[in-house]
Amino acid sequence: MTHAQQPDPGTKGDVITKNGAQSWFYTDVVKDHFFHPRNFMMEDAVESDYNAIGKIGSPACGDELRVWMKVDPQTERIVEFRWKTFGCGSAIASTSMASEIVTEHGGMTLEQARKLKPMDIMDRLGGLPARKFHCSVLCDKALRDAINDYYRRTEQFDKIVAEAARLIDPVAKVTDHDIEEAVLDGAHTLELVQQKTKVGIGNPGCLPAVEELIRFYREKYFGA
Amino acid sequence: MKRQVYLDHAATTPMLPEVLEVMLPYLNEDFGNPSSFHSLGKKAKDDIDGARRGIAEILHAREDEILFTSGGTESDNLALLGYARKNQEQGKHLITTKLEHHAVLEAMMHLEKKEGFEVTYLEPDREGLVSVEQVESALRPDTILVSIMYANNEIGTIEPIVEIGNMIQKWREAHGRPALKFHTDACQASEYLSLDVEKLHVDMLTLNGSKMYGPKGIGLLYVKRGIKLQPLLFGGAQEKAIRPGTENVAGIIGMNKALEIAQRDREKETERLLPLRELLERGIQEKITKTRLNGHKTQRLANNVNISFMDIEGEALILYLDEAGIYTSTGSACTSASLDPSHVILALGLPYEVAHGSIRFTLGRSTTQEDIDYVIQTLPPLVEKLRSLSPVKVDPKYFV
Repeated sequence: MTHAQQPDPGTKGDVITKNGAQSWFYTDVVKDHFFHPRNFMMEDAVESDYNAIGKIGSPACGDELRVWMKVDPQTERIVEFRWKTFGCGSAIASTSMASEIVTEHGGMTLEQARKLKPMDIMDRLGGLPARKFHCSVLCDKALRDAINDYYRRTEQFDKIVAEAARLIDPVAKVTDHDIEEAVLDGAHTLELVQQKTKVGIGNPGCLPAVEELIRFYREKYFGA
Repeated sequence: MKRQVYLDHAATTPMLPEVLEVMLPYLNEDFGNPSSFHSLGKKAKDDIDGARRGIAEILHAREDEILFTSGGTESDNLALLGYARKNQEQGKHLITTKLEHHAVLEAMMHLEKKEGFEVTYLEPDREGLVSVEQVESALRPDTILVSIMYANNEIGTIEPIVEIGNMIQKWREAHGRPALKFHTDACQASEYLSLDVEKLHVDMLTLNGSKMYGPKGIGLLYVKRGIKLQPLLFGGAQEKAIRPGTENVAGIIGMNKALEIAQRDREKETERLLPLRELLERGIQEKITKTRLNGHKTQRLANNVNISFMDIEGEALILYLDEAGIYTSTGSACTSASLDPSHVILALGLPYEVAHGSIRFTLGRSTTQEDIDYVIQTLPPLVEKLRSLSPVKVDPKYFV
């Protein structure tokens, strides 16, 4: 049901601001992007105006993110970046921030954009609550999905980079692919996945992420 | 100043001035320890005994049947863990529902996983009701405890406690199973429903001070005479050594006052809130498309409106509402801090997307028609804005 909220690796608690103050609530930058989101996809927009599309997550996990990009074919810079997300305040704010980062100063090249890390988005937001870290992981994933889509459409297949497995538990060396496999093998509960993979046994901090993945893959493959 | 509308009374309530007033002396001049053998101690002892008598009278119980605890969670834990452990040689089967508060659910899961008990989790219907027949057909010769909440904290659905209590009493006699007991968590019920334990036919009942305009950190467990519990704490003779530790004197005094006022006013408050509840419910449904009212249409607490707004995520909406001075929650306050969608909405058989978009508005003594009008006027553009950001389109079959 509930689980102890442990900080994700790389964060120290809840919101961590520059002056070290901690609070459950969001920073002013996060709030600004949350209440005034930039660059979201308008209702009347035409999908064919964009030459790359990315998608990640599922509403079952509480997050779904779609992005549309306009890439200049000459420079391969991102001219426009639009998005829609089903998610909490952090998901909306981090996607909005990401849309600014990739399009400012004439736009990032696709190769620069591929190197964008969740921490870069977090830094620009001035921190996120620890349990919301995964929201910014989602938007850089969607971005890379769209980058691959562009290369696919332009038949530059050599430039497509398949998503490397994400390390979920650095102690037991368990990746999201391992969890996906375990769920496909019929392990539908945290306990069963732990029996198969030993995930989180020496590192309980990753368990919320593991539970979320289990739910995601269950929904994806078994619809429940 | 920004308008503030507090619609989270199921999370907690402010203390009434009358309650604060009776408590104050016990925080300084009458600070004695009820166990002390001097006048100051005796004064404290006499006064908590008086409060215990007062509460017993309201509940139609006897004063030795009231155990004071630190709150609802402890009372639930003491009822479940205490009874199951003490009476396990009588049987190791327990029954509860999927929409209980975590204080019951997690205690049950602990007994199941770590202490060898078997637990049946009853599935409510789409409106959150559990039927007497469902409970009866789950009863077994080795069942020792049934725990079903009086009214749900998230969706407000009121369970048929009297009927279930009656059935259990008859079953117990017919099958010669005196060990079979019935517990109810009545934390959300105290403001609006009768707490007469005789009429409810309950053997144990949980109450919490902070949900009834009383202090936080105080609760009680009604335990029918003759029921044996194993304590969770050790170290003193207070509360018949079932719940040792120096009594929360001011809390006990305050809880008595709060309960007295709550039960005195409950019919009047129900009558006052029902039209406001209607207004909020109808206002939202008329102004906003694609919503679903969660919980029972009529068998529901007078202060509860739980609505799923399709295609958006509840937390985002809460933050937008917060900015407008409207305080609400997604599901229970406890789940707001986790990423999990409400287990209660999921227990109704609704999908994750619907659970993720649920918002609970809980009215209370301070709620006025102006508050409701303000919410109805503020909410639609916020929902619309979040929907314009969302790629999700929930299946229309879940709208109501």
